[in-house]
Amino acid sequence: MNAPTTELQKPAKAKRINFTQAINMALDEAMANDPKVFLLGEDIADAQGGGVFTATKGLSTKYGVERVRSTPISEQAIMGAAVGAAIAGYRPVAEIMLMNFITVAMDQVVNHAAKLRFMSGGQTSVALTIRTSTGAGVGFGGQHSDMLEAWFAHVPGMKVVTASNPADAKGLLLSCIEDPDPCLFIENTAAYGQSGPAPEPGYKVPLGKAAVAREGVDVTVIGYGQVIGHALAVAEALEKDGISVEVLDLRTIAPFDEATVLTSVAKTKRAVVVHEAVRKFGVGAEISSLIHEHLFDTLKAPVGRVGSAYSPVPFSPALEKAFLYNRADIEAAIRKTLR
Amino acid sequence: MTGAPSEPDRATMLDIYTRANLIYRADEKFRGMIMSGQLQIIYYSPRGQEILSAAMMAALNQDDYLVTTYRGIHDQLAKGIPPRELWAEFAGKKTGTCKGKGGPMHITHPETGVMVTTGIVGSGMPIANGLALASQLAGDGKVTVVCFGDASTNIGAFHEALNMAQIWKLPVIFLCQNNLYGEHTPQAMSTGCKELIDRAPGYGMRAVQVNGNDAFAMYDAAKQAVEHARAGNGPTFIEAKTFRFFGHLLGDDSHYIPAEEMIAAKAADPIPAYRRALLDRQVPEADLDAIDARIKVTIEQAAAYALASDYPDAEEIRIDVLETEIAA
Repeated sequence: MNAPTTELQKPAKAKRINFTQAINMALDEAMANDPKVFLLGEDIADAQGGGVFTATKGLSTKYGVERVRSTPISEQAIMGAAVGAAIAGYRPVAEIMLMNFITVAMDQVVNHAAKLRFMSGGQTSVALTIRTSTGAGVGFGGQHSDMLEAWFAHVPGMKVVTASNPADAKGLLLSCIEDPDPCLFIENTAAYGQSGPAPEPGYKVPLGKAAVAREGVDVTVIGYGQVIGHALAVAEALEKDGISVEVLDLRTIAPFDEATVLTSVAKTKRAVVVHEAVRKFGVGAEISSLIHEHLFDTLKAPVGRVGSAYSPVPFSPALEKAFLYNRADIEAAIRKTLR
Repeated sequence: MTGAPSEPDRATMLDIYTRANLIYRADEKFRGMIMSGQLQIIYYSPRGQEILSAAMMAALNQDDYLVTTYRGIHDQLAKGIPPRELWAEFAGKKTGTCKGKGGPMHITHPETGVMVTTGIVGSGMPIANGLALASQLAGDGKVTVVCFGDASTNIGAFHEALNMAQIWKLPVIFLCQNNLYGEHTPQAMSTGCKELIDRAPGYGMRAVQVNGNDAFAMYDAAKQAVEHARAGNGPTFIEAKTFRFFGHLLGDDSHYIPAEEMIAAKAADPIPAYRRALLDRQVPEADLDAIDARIKVTIEQAAAYALASDYPDAEEIRIDVLETEIAA
């Protein structure tokens, strides 16, 4: 797809984009590639601001308000409309502004989007992408910040995806939109402005494939999303102490890349799973269990788990800090496996 | 709108008769097989509601979309689902519409436009909007009908869906089959407004209240709503008054329904009433008898097919969860 580069071409200064631009790029590309792709959500058209996080800015001007539809504040209706249109052959991308708002549309997601392929015996499918944003650390308090990925990962039929860098965000979101199954694409509210190397047009990241974000030999840290940046920083710091940390970025939370996880931990014989979601009953429990089931005999330490405290996300900065996992927690968990 | 509706032509009258009696005989056979132990399923009988479905679906094309609920066999048969596959699905067999994976509450058959059957009260309406939105975007001229009971008008999804359908002028018909009871609770006890049709004006929506057990009135209301939607003029809310003779689910003794109410409803049974109406219009009785005889054979064959079919293989548990088969 890329134009051939010539020897004479000067290496341009590496272009960088942020998460907002990456998401906008993926949506733009998907809409240009496939007339069946359309967007719906609250305030997403340009007349309403191009989305509360401006991720859809410019798209209604480019593709029209029929394909970039601002909706009433009606999450059940948004999700139901997306499910119905998907059954009829469209590829809707529904924006649910914040992850906690999906709770009022859970029936459409869990009972319908996830199950209609199976319950219809494969006659219908729901090629739906739900984009949503969440995460603590921005002072939104208890109802605008929850990481609920484990809820959706537990529903057969759903795919759950999140990105640790803008290029992956672009590549993963494009894959979600092209995927034949319902995908929940989780964005991080605090991270929209974070930048990273820009991907080439057409760049896609396959679903279900983890990335080795950093190679190491002593312990594997498994995570996704914002965790990866923190884990890489911890890994760098520990290198000075002679601890070699491998960092796996799951990218797809469900179904996750079991083979890459097991290969890595078979090599390092130690693992720590990290997520921002509350630790109890989190995704980390599933991954930890899988590792124990397959590698118990060769593990040199129990698999560690890092997550946030068992509490609603608090408002006060002092409490929010107490709630959230941090780099020190990751480092402590790594060191514990090495004792 | 005043005055008697214009009556459909003779072929349409017989079409409605055929659809309604297919439902009637299928329901009779299902109840018989369940009561005799040949089938072990939870069953929501549509007995009493046949005419409104038959008249509604007779006003649609085969490729128009239908979304219905767990009490949906009348809608599904009227829409044209092949009885054999429907019966096999009810029996959980691999030859069913959904390979036995959906069951009675989750019938899908896109070839006849039956896109979703939901077991969740009120959930079909937002999805119907999506189907209608797809038709609007594609300009394919299809109309979506979503069926639901009176109790569904008390769930949030109803209100979100009606509002969205109206602001987007979607080609969708909200067919409220008002059988006066939500599970065991009478409408007056569960609903603040006196008439369900009163809900629609709040959304600026075109609305019609009709005796769903009167085939002529029902067909007229259905036809106008379909024309309205197909012309791009947006949705209609139809409140079709009816009654159910076998309670919420089979085995329910309807103790919560006053005896005199049930007696009056049965005296107005829409199936014999419609037969009488056709005879009054000089439809030869032999023609109706011939239809009845054909239906009887169809139902017997469908039931036999369902019983004789095999259950799905255990491997099917890994298929259709995602597009890619789940590894064993």
